[in-house]
Amino acid sequence: MSSSGRGSLQGVNVAPEISASLWEVFLEFLIIGATSFGGVVPYLRGNLVVKRAWLDDTEFVEMLSISQSLPGLNATNMAVQVGEKLQGFMGSLVAVIGICLPGGALMYVAGIFYRLHGNHPWSTAALKGVAAAAVGLILATAVGLSKKALSRNWDLLFVAATAVAVEGFHWSVPRALIIMGIISIAFHRPRKVEKASAAE
Amino acid sequence: MNQILALIRVFSYLSLLTVGGGMAAFPEMKYLTVSVHKWLTFTQLIHLYSMGQMAPGPNMMMIVAIGQWAAGPLGAVVTVIAFFGPTMLLAYAVTKAWKKAGKWPWRTSIEQGLAPVSIGLLLAGTFSMAKGAITGLETTTIAVVTLLILLRYKVNPALLVIGGAVVGLITYLPK
Repeated sequence: MSSSGRGSLQGVNVAPEISASLWEVFLEFLIIGATSFGGVVPYLRGNLVVKRAWLDDTEFVEMLSISQSLPGLNATNMAVQVGEKLQGFMGSLVAVIGICLPGGALMYVAGIFYRLHGNHPWSTAALKGVAAAAVGLILATAVGLSKKALSRNWDLLFVAATAVAVEGFHWSVPRALIIMGIISIAFHRPRKVEKASAAE
Repeated sequence: MNQILALIRVFSYLSLLTVGGGMAAFPEMKYLTVSVHKWLTFTQLIHLYSMGQMAPGPNMMMIVAIGQWAAGPLGAVVTVIAFFGPTMLLAYAVTKAWKKAGKWPWRTSIEQGLAPVSIGLLLAGTFSMAKGAITGLETTTIAVVTLLILLRYKVNPALLVIGGAVVGLITYLPK
């Protein structure tokens, strides 16, 4: 554990194994929030697993898969889980604030600029290119996710059915999410025959 | 005040749709912010979203700009809280419960079952955005080249988005 000397705010609350003060949690997520150009996940791993050793790779991957199946962005869902592990609810809160603050401030300023100058033919031309590249980027994300997260080949059917339901048949997103989600989870139900409902 | 309430309603609702990523909510976001509330045009929404890809942090921070346009600084703050608050509380509760659930067999089922659906929503969001962003040969080329580069090489995606801006500018240059 790095004992980075936050001179003024020494670790008041010392957790048993991994100690990270509320301030350290906030600061680390603020750094991630300010530096994670091009996608947060590699930066989360670099800063939290490699640099700080606040969690190991197994925990990291597990938290990421939980993040993916919950509503909310990966970045903030990861912040919630890591913050919770280190400092409980307040840890989650400061982690989310930290990771959102720099990008939020930047987009606040960028939004004002865009509103003032967005109609200039130069900016329209540049933004046209930016938007097209963003489409390519999201498609690459979808391909990458499919390779990593799909457990069976016929999962592609659920991918296609969901996309077509929303864009082809104009299902609302919540409707598609609930209906396709239930069907897909039912297909992935635990295979051991015993009824798993007695979970507690 | 009406705008503030509308922002809270819209963004806390959208927040719950972002399963697997922010793009899943894009079709609803387009409908609510462009068609219903007219806070911005479809083109502006696409531009803001795309600019957001160049910023660090969570990739939906462009919502700050929508909130600011609709209702000033207060609108921006309210939008962020509405968009991140509900999912934060949900993620916190699930984190706690999930720990207890431990080896609950349905946990894997839920993770594996939602994966293809969330990717499908991501694709639907992409198509919805592409309808406005892909307008001709140049934009198609930029999107395809970006996709191919990312699939083949390890490049920081933000750089490619900036590259898109440069290509956009070059194609605009008077011939």
